[in-house]
Amino acid sequence: MTWVNAILQGIFLGGLYALFACGLSLIFGVMRIINLAHGDLAVLGAFLVWSVTVTAGADPFVALLPVLPVMLVLGYLLHRTVLARSLRGGPLTPLLTTFGLAIVIQNGLLQAYSPDVRSLGGAAGGLATGSWRLTDQLSVSYLGLLVLVVAVLVLGGLHLLLRRTRFGREMRATAQDPDTAALVGIPAQSVYAKATAIAVATATLAGVFLAVRSTFDASSGPTQLIFAFEAVVIGGLGSIWGTLTGGIVLGVAQTLGATVDPQYSILAGHLVFLAVLASPRGRAVIR
Amino acid sequence: MTGPWQVVRSGRATRLATSGLSAFGLLLFAVPFLFRTDVVQQLTTLCTLVILASMWNVLAGYGGLVSVGQQAFLGFGAYATVFLAQRDVHPYVAVVLAAGLSAVLAVALAPLLLRLRGGQFAVGTWVVAEALALLVALDEDLGGGTGVSLRGLNAYAPDWRRAYTYWLTLAFTLALLVAVFVLLRRRTGVAIQAVRDDEDAAAALGVRAGPLKFALFVLAGVGCGAAGALTLANTLFIQPQSIFGVQWSAYLLFMVLVGGIGSFEGPILGAVVFFLLQDWFAQFGAWYLIGLGLVAIGFALFRPRGLWSLAGDRLPFRLLPVGYALREPPATGRLGGSRRSASRQ
Repeated sequence: MTWVNAILQGIFLGGLYALFACGLSLIFGVMRIINLAHGDLAVLGAFLVWSVTVTAGADPFVALLPVLPVMLVLGYLLHRTVLARSLRGGPLTPLLTTFGLAIVIQNGLLQAYSPDVRSLGGAAGGLATGSWRLTDQLSVSYLGLLVLVVAVLVLGGLHLLLRRTRFGREMRATAQDPDTAALVGIPAQSVYAKATAIAVATATLAGVFLAVRSTFDASSGPTQLIFAFEAVVIGGLGSIWGTLTGGIVLGVAQTLGATVDPQYSILAGHLVFLAVLASPRGRAVIR
Repeated sequence: MTGPWQVVRSGRATRLATSGLSAFGLLLFAVPFLFRTDVVQQLTTLCTLVILASMWNVLAGYGGLVSVGQQAFLGFGAYATVFLAQRDVHPYVAVVLAAGLSAVLAVALAPLLLRLRGGQFAVGTWVVAEALALLVALDEDLGGGTGVSLRGLNAYAPDWRRAYTYWLTLAFTLALLVAVFVLLRRRTGVAIQAVRDDEDAAAALGVRAGPLKFALFVLAGVGCGAAGALTLANTLFIQPQSIFGVQWSAYLLFMVLVGGIGSFEGPILGAVVFFLLQDWFAQFGAWYLIGLGLVAIGFALFRPRGLWSLAGDRLPFRLLPVGYALREPPATGRLGGSRRSASRQ
């Protein structure tokens, strides 16, 4: 029964990873770059929510309401100022600049908020701790289910946005060929900036759920970036629903690993990722 | 009427500069006899930084492979040294063997990681580093998560130990730099730079990118493994969190970007700059790292060829010629010809 429970909890954890991963996947899909500052932007969002929660005494999810627009704007400006310029410098420059950005954000947070480990779990009240007990060993936490539902809604929303709306068509056209898209009047940079804004906003959402679910500190970003990337690769690059599958596979691998020994939790996730990479399917997934 | 232009590797000035630099490299071996031991230890650190920067540049600058996980090799080299030393191998022999074992690790990882491109390669290497760090932390014999000391070097007097470590480090540094130099000067060098500039176009001309990238990846693996083992020999104590830490990649990024990515001399210059900055500013902690990050971003965006391009473009000669230069033929009515560098390395 512990195994069944581990799988169940892994699925919920996977929802969180999928939420982290969808922004990364979106930027990669549209701009063909991997934003190495993705995890740190998520943690930055979590810290902003933490600040609002502490100063206004609000629930974290209420505090998210003013923070989300701020992060949208921040994402938009991030592209307009840094990414747009780095995209012109060839394929390596965006990697180098986003990694530099990750260092800056991480140490900026360290300076502003101290290295203390924090959690938003307390501020979220019963939502963070409550659960339905199915049997003695099987339980479904409110929060786990909420994260999974939000992840499905966000991914579904992105899917609809890409498939059904004018902006989605513009994004797909730019992703396929920015020059040709420009010929028919789609400004690539504007599409990129909006995509970055959306990605940063979803990262913030994921960061807040991470903060409510467990703990976070100034250096939590890189780990989340790695998990997000693993979810993207396991699920298959450029596929929205694949990201959800990938997140869930990663989450289940980690909780199963943790059932054997807590030390194996993250390692099990890495090994599954490397196995997928080594498999013939991994070969097909890349490129 | 002028004759045809000549393509030359180097002129007299370049040959002089190269000989001078080589002599300087060999003279560095005399440092332990002339300076205090803390200088020797500092120079050992600088040499490992030079190794790391050159190796990362080989990957990113020439191979187009930005790795965020070279600390995997650093940590592997250091822990392989500990592992061998625990089995009664002489520590200095263990350092050399560890560099060889890093080559084996690189060969094993290459088929997996070289499948990835761009950002995927970056994060893929990072995952490998994290996985190795976790595996090492599980092994109690290697000190687990708390760290481990290198024993066996206590037999030497501290001054001699530092001198031996320095000599070994310097030997590794020079050997690896020569290896990179030779690799770039030969036919492979032209192919490598063609792949860096446009992989598809290079492939169309019959350059096989796969084996080249493999060679670069293995060379960088050996270099970073050696640097890790030498760092251990210099400090005598390592912890998995620090030797496998991603901050190494941040330092590498800074050194190579500031010095000049894709040039032979740039990373060496970058390592010296980083070494001096570290000395002066490391006390500022987070602010120092914020500064490093901002400077690296600035260089990536506004001066992608780094500090070396400022100096190198103005010099009438190359310090270490890995490219070619065009020599203007002597014009009639004018004595001698001005040399113009028309090649980008």
